[in-house]
Amino acid sequence: MARVVVDVMLKPEILDPQGQAVANALPRLGIEDVSSVRVGRRIEIEFNGDSVDPQEQLARAQEIADKLLANPVIEDFTIRLAEAGSERTDVPA
Amino acid sequence: MTARVGVVVFPGSSDDTDAARAVHLAGGEPVRLWHDDPALYGVDAVVLPGGASYGDYLRGGAIARFAPVMHTIIDAALNGLPVLGIGNGFQILCEAHLLPGALARNQHLTFRSRNQWLRIETSATAWTNAFRPGQEVLMPVKHGYGRYVADRRTLDELEATGRVVVRYLRGNPNGSEHDIAGIANAAGNVVGLMPHPEYAVEALTGPSLDGLGVFTSTLKHLAGAPA
Repeated sequence: MARVVVDVMLKPEILDPQGQAVANALPRLGIEDVSSVRVGRRIEIEFNGDSVDPQEQLARAQEIADKLLANPVIEDFTIRLAEAGSERTDVPA
Repeated sequence: MTARVGVVVFPGSSDDTDAARAVHLAGGEPVRLWHDDPALYGVDAVVLPGGASYGDYLRGGAIARFAPVMHTIIDAALNGLPVLGIGNGFQILCEAHLLPGALARNQHLTFRSRNQWLRIETSATAWTNAFRPGQEVLMPVKHGYGRYVADRRTLDELEATGRVVVRYLRGNPNGSEHDIAGIANAAGNVVGLMPHPEYAVEALTGPSLDGLGVFTSTLKHLAGAPA
């Protein structure tokens, strides 16, 4: 079954204090060569049934992202299809 | 006749009881409205209270904006119903596009809970007409996502049209653009506030009684005073 992946990020011009906090913590790990970290959110959507046309799934995910998943005032999003099993999302720690 | 002011209860609202009490102390009749019921039961104004509606999942206010009661409130607000959003309620009003901009995470990443001096910038709204423009007031703030952001054009328009309703004084608690603590829509009937007037209505529990003016304003507005 196809899965649609939506990545939501703060727009580049919006301050991301969470990303800055992560960046500021990296020297404590001995990592000194990172110039920027930004934190976003990944959302995975699966539609009912196998027969739905992937392009239609993308279009409907676009609508969902536009209306609910992202706030266009402060966030951008990207959408892509990911075949189940084509990428590991459950990598054991 | 006593004005009836609806206070919406969403799952996760935490300030609805205090908002209803503030309405009562101001002389109005609070009416609880339920998020899943689109009926407004003839209320004359609506308060969207603070808290964490729907757990603040996704973004504060993002899911509440699609609650059945919000569909009715959005239509009514566009037709002049006075609507006040406090804290999470302000976030809901932005998510619903009744107010421009958005409320982002506090710049210092810290949840900020303190009494905050504010300046009422305009009395030309349905929720501030009992104040003098320039009046300094003291109310609690308590939020982690209170940093008001909007693009430059929106900020310029808000400033030029007198829609910045309240500004932080003596220290900005969240990094908000232009020290903005509250804004109004163009008609002045919809106002969003990050500070909490409902916690400044009694000497026993509040830092001042300044918050009462927000609720007496809308009663005055409903009684016919110009917004």
